[in-house]
Amino acid sequence: MASILDAGDIGRALKRISHEIVERNHGIGNLTLLGIPTRGAYLSARLASLLAEIEGDVPHGALDITLHRDDLRLRPPRPLLPTSIPSGGIEGRDVVLVDDVLFSGRTIRAALDALGEIGRPRTVQLAVLIDRGHRELPIRADYVGKNIPTAAHESIRVKLSEIDDADEVIIEGQK
Amino acid sequence: MRHLLSINDLTPESAREFLTTAAELERVSEGQMKKLPTLRGRTVVNLFFEDSTRTRISFESAAKRLSADVINFSAKGSSVSKGESLKDTAQTLQAMGADGVIIRHSASGAAQKLADSGWISASVINAGDGTHEHPTQALLDAFTIAQEFDRDSFDLSGLTIAIVGDILHSRVARSNVLLLKKLGASIILVAPPTLLPVAVDGWGVRVEFDLDEVIEICDVVMTLRIQHERMADSYFPSLAEYSRGYGLDDARLARMKAGAAILHPGPMNRGVEISSSAADSPRSLVLQQVRNGVFVRMAVLYHLLGGAHETHQISHSRIGEKS
Repeated sequence: MASILDAGDIGRALKRISHEIVERNHGIGNLTLLGIPTRGAYLSARLASLLAEIEGDVPHGALDITLHRDDLRLRPPRPLLPTSIPSGGIEGRDVVLVDDVLFSGRTIRAALDALGEIGRPRTVQLAVLIDRGHRELPIRADYVGKNIPTAAHESIRVKLSEIDDADEVIIEGQK
Repeated sequence: MRHLLSINDLTPESAREFLTTAAELERVSEGQMKKLPTLRGRTVVNLFFEDSTRTRISFESAAKRLSADVINFSAKGSSVSKGESLKDTAQTLQAMGADGVIIRHSASGAAQKLADSGWISASVINAGDGTHEHPTQALLDAFTIAQEFDRDSFDLSGLTIAIVGDILHSRVARSNVLLLKKLGASIILVAPPTLLPVAVDGWGVRVEFDLDEVIEICDVVMTLRIQHERMADSYFPSLAEYSRGYGLDDARLARMKAGAAILHPGPMNRGVEISSSAADSPRSLVLQQVRNGVFVRMAVLYHLLGGAHETHQISHSRIGEKS
């Protein structure tokens, strides 16, 4: 078990991502942030408050993708996590999906399916704190906190002070 | 968990998990996701040996919102009326590849029989068996009560709930007593002595013969339907007399506590167990019960059919992780 990012690193990565989001979208006028629970939702709330410091308020919410997963049948049923779509909806918006770790890409595929049920965003972008590789689908992130090359047997754990003891990213199962 | 046959299958924790899932499904459905892909490719059979349009359409609508295929099988006009046994019917459903069977039967224990028989591998959901149990009705009642009293974590402690009417023949009452007690509520059963089960002393609830005695202290009054077919068995002298003693009439409605709610599993006999003004009053949650029934049944279907069963769980290093 080794620590890869500490609280300062996470804070700086999110600050940089928030600037990149503003730059890429020429402002925040049409932006909506949707975090994927559990930790993606906390990250999206943090990005929203960073964006508020730079430019202004951005609608943000949470999108649980459990019901859209393609591996539901491979494991016992899991509890659903809260979904909250901002009142303005996502129709015609530039939606930024936010998650903690990008791995196989299946969560994001499920999130795209879930979005399709709600409406038709103008664009969908993806922000992740960690990209650990090993994609199984043609999906990539637009904003990445840190790229961490990993072996398949390793696992990445993102801890956030909202629900864990502190902000930290650790890698486990290294040989 | 594979089957839902009785409230006894649930611990307080698992009951709350089902109800929390129902609450989340309600939120998701209101957030425009009317149709979810979760049970796509799974087949759910509504096996109804007894008429029940409401329960059947509630389950049908729940299954369809989760994208399951639904087969409705009712005893009338089917091979059952030609004398086919439960075993043959079950084996036919198995051969057709049913993943879930929702059974309503007039015999107590029919759902258990189907689950234990080894005739089918499908999950069995009890949608009412004789005078035994009706677990999804109890779940939707608990959900409705929790929603009305803002109990987001489905802890009903401190609430006093009266269940009034034909307790003896009511599977709804039986399941509700079990579940509402598990969730912490205090229960008062109100009925004439002839309509109480012999063993009611062992249920751990208060029993009252006089509704007027308790009407002012209840947070919830749940009235049960008087089944006209019971009239012939003379459990009470006349409908009018039953109604005078145990009906939720206008006078009793006026005496209910501020904020108290009325539940009824439907269909209502207006003027018998409930007056029209009680049924249509703002206290009445009857339509809310119907609406919540769909979310609760979606939650049950999701928990029973949405994942792999423990027995054929596939272990793979990648599956436990978030992708």
